[in-house]
Amino acid sequence: MKNFKLLGLLFVLTTVVVSCKNNDPAPVNEAEVITTMTATLTPNGGGAAITLKTKDADAGGPNAPVVTVSGPLAANTVYNGTIELLNELKTPAEDITAEVRKENAEHQFFFQATNNIVTVAYADKDANNLPVGLSFTVTTTTAGTGTLTITLRHKPDKTASGVSSGNIANAGGSTDITQTFNITVQ
Amino acid sequence: MNKKIYWALVLGLMVNVIVAQNCNRKFKGIVKDFHDGTPILGAAIQVETSKQYAITDGKGNFTLKNLCAEKLWIVVSHVSCKTIRIQIDPKKDVFKEIRLEHHIEELNEVKLRGEIDKKTKTSQETILKDNVLQRYSTLSLGDAIKEIPGVSSINTGNTIVKPVINGLHSSRVLIMTNNVRLQDQEWGIEHAPNIDIGAAGSVSVIKGAGALEYGGDAIGGVVVVNPNRIYTKDTLYGRTIISGRDNGRGYGLNTNLTKSWDSPWYFTTQISHKRAGDFRAPDYNLTNTGIRSTSFSTSAGYRKFEYGFDVYFSHFKNEIGILSASHVGNVEDLVDAINSQQPSTIESFSYDINAPKQEVSHQIFKSNYYQRFESLGRLDIQYDFQSNSRKEFDIRRGNRSGIPAVDLELITHTLKSTFKLDSNSKAVYKLGLSAGYQNNFPNPDTGVRRLIPDYDKYDLGVFVLGDFKLNDDLVLDVGVRYDFNRIDAQKFYQISRWQERGYDQDFSELIVRQEGIQYLTNPIFNFHNISASSGLLIKRENSSYIFNYALSSRAPNPAELFSDGLHHSAARIELGDIRIDQEISNRISGSYNYQKNNFGLNIQAFFNHINGFIYIEPIGVETTTRGAFPVWEYKQINASLFGIDTDINYNFHEQWSIQNKSSFIKGNDLTTNRPLIDIPSFRSVSILRYSNPKWSGFNLELQSEVVLRQNEFPNNNFNAFILRTGQFILVDVSTPPPAYHLLSLRGDVNFNISKKNDLTVSLTVNNLLDTSYREYLNRLRYFADELGRNFSIQFKFNY
Repeated sequence: MKNFKLLGLLFVLTTVVVSCKNNDPAPVNEAEVITTMTATLTPNGGGAAITLKTKDADAGGPNAPVVTVSGPLAANTVYNGTIELLNELKTPAEDITAEVRKENAEHQFFFQATNNIVTVAYADKDANNLPVGLSFTVTTTTAGTGTLTITLRHKPDKTASGVSSGNIANAGGSTDITQTFNITVQ
Repeated sequence: MNKKIYWALVLGLMVNVIVAQNCNRKFKGIVKDFHDGTPILGAAIQVETSKQYAITDGKGNFTLKNLCAEKLWIVVSHVSCKTIRIQIDPKKDVFKEIRLEHHIEELNEVKLRGEIDKKTKTSQETILKDNVLQRYSTLSLGDAIKEIPGVSSINTGNTIVKPVINGLHSSRVLIMTNNVRLQDQEWGIEHAPNIDIGAAGSVSVIKGAGALEYGGDAIGGVVVVNPNRIYTKDTLYGRTIISGRDNGRGYGLNTNLTKSWDSPWYFTTQISHKRAGDFRAPDYNLTNTGIRSTSFSTSAGYRKFEYGFDVYFSHFKNEIGILSASHVGNVEDLVDAINSQQPSTIESFSYDINAPKQEVSHQIFKSNYYQRFESLGRLDIQYDFQSNSRKEFDIRRGNRSGIPAVDLELITHTLKSTFKLDSNSKAVYKLGLSAGYQNNFPNPDTGVRRLIPDYDKYDLGVFVLGDFKLNDDLVLDVGVRYDFNRIDAQKFYQISRWQERGYDQDFSELIVRQEGIQYLTNPIFNFHNISASSGLLIKRENSSYIFNYALSSRAPNPAELFSDGLHHSAARIELGDIRIDQEISNRISGSYNYQKNNFGLNIQAFFNHINGFIYIEPIGVETTTRGAFPVWEYKQINASLFGIDTDINYNFHEQWSIQNKSSFIKGNDLTTNRPLIDIPSFRSVSILRYSNPKWSGFNLELQSEVVLRQNEFPNNNFNAFILRTGQFILVDVSTPPPAYHLLSLRGDVNFNISKKNDLTVSLTVNNLLDTSYREYLNRLRYFADELGRNFSIQFKFNY
């Protein structure tokens, strides 16, 4: 029986020694974070582009994202819009837009304006001929102020009622990014 | 055999009476197996100095009459047991329970076996035997132990079932399997115990922290899962259970086989597999709720009375789908889910398990050695190794759904030893020592910030227990335990979080270095925990009373200290606090048990006061690019819990009986004077049974379960700004669902195929009326109803 005890003790010692690794852990290379969304609105007839940008430098940390709108929109104007998504935790920044474009059937942007300040229309289609929203048009009419909310849903039900025309109510799925911008039309 | 006993009995009664002035004392008693309390038939009880003797009957009872009022030595012997000598002093009539170490006869007496011995004498302990556990072979341990009043569960869907004992769960409920303390990331509510119910021979549930042998931090209680019993006899036996269920189109197979020899070597092995696809609520399919579970265990050993050893290995693997609709991106999605009243994703039935899902596996290796020292006691030495792997998959972008979002590897080594000093049966002492090392490795390849950091944990525990038989009707138990825990973690904090928590003021010495927008820190915490318990058991003719007091203290778990991030299914940010200290519980309890003829009553009451109860509570809202999220923070409060559990049964007719089991509990946050969250509501189960042994052991039972609405809950509702409507909306995450009533029906018959083989067939219908309901203690109650009607059938072969 003594042998058994010795054997047991030996086993314990070896396993304890083997598992004593004390290297510093490496920081996680965060894969899916979107720190920054920039919507660039270029006037159809030419002119300076307006950018709507949100950046969350601590990505999900306690600090709120910084939201900037580069300037007012002009009345009675059509703007061509594009969206760029970045993960700026990485250097150089990772372009998430490409990822969304690649999986366009699983993603859709939704645009909601208050006070009828602008109307937004989709200018792109996914593999199933349904809207994505990486490209869109913004049309202004009279002067005023309001908000524009841009939301990216992952795995929405694009065939649900109203979803393909931009109504988020029945979309389902989960929100990847969402931001409200204060808009002035003058 | 029987004839011989009768003959011996007759002889025993004809023993000559030695006439003296005070020789009319009786010595009555019962002889039981040393290990498990099985009554022993045919044991001889002889007065050493005279020819007087008696033989035990089928229930282990004996009576020696006409003894003189002087100290006597009695010799107790049995053909297959070790002979023992005890002293009695028959100043008045004496009753004694005598334990013999039983070698060979065990197998013959399986059917005679009454109650398996309890682990504790003065705690609120209930045992579920294999015949009850087998009913749950397609379900889980958490489902089975809800048979016990006062035990409920906190669920994530219907396959992740975590036991709740007297309102407490997770790190406050300790789970022992095969004498190994399960270390399986039990801090998480969505982490069900990694136990295969098919491998359990019996389960003991001990309410409160009275069982100090297992740990000093079981503020809620202890669940002890025992393997099937091994008989040291030359034999080969086994059991196979095949089950099928209609809801979820599930099936289960569980089989075990044991070979043992006189020598006394044994070998046993057990395999189970179960699978189910999407379950169904009365009105819709619960998409992606399937489960696939496989387990295997084997053990071998050598068991002599004087010494022996065992080697045990088990492997458990579970793949569990989590309701698709419960994956929400932000509060807005949560509001939509709550308001829509049914899941946002409903697809047709499938066995597929997609993200979100969990893949967990658990391995245990154990070896132990024991040696008995004559007139001294028994020494046990055990080493166990556990490896737990937990992978949680989420719906992710960029083909990452196949990469787990949580990937944890937990390794635990434990070495423990106990010495039981049992030479004096009136005062038995147990001394114990245990040492453990644990390492947690969160794999950084997930691409998601670590939920739980890398850590090393060291534990050391020492305890002394005393079990005193003050007289035949009075047992006193006392125990003290000291535990030392040290946790040495390496955690990354976002610098903004570190500052928001105020750690830059208090813990700047913990920073190792800066990496981008994060600090790598090295928090090291030591905890010293004292626990103690004392209990009293008073026996009366038809009743017994138990009083128990337990002091226990629990060091904070890694989630309470270090949590830091977004919790997807709850759409909230959860934050730990490294300032959190131990919680200390003082629990008093009392039980009353009455049993006479056809009527039985058991009442258990408790009061638990917890100082520094660790509790998670909302503190505000944080905005991220995903939207706004409520922030829940772990904090410490003082809490009290009070509850009463009752169990009444009455055999009002030879073939008919009724039973009622009810439990009532209240939990209060004494610091802010509010009710505690997640306290089970009043539950009452009534059962009407009919059994007729003449019809192949036919049993039928109708069960009615009433669960009232929890009216006492903290209001954690919050206002969230909904971007798309530009308005604030109240998010109701607090209001419990309404009361519900469920009926179920179960019947079984038993056929003897041959002398040693029998088959039991049972049929069960749960939720007979296909009632739609939601349960307060289900984390997915915002998203979907509970299961609808289910038919299940089970075949059980014993061979």
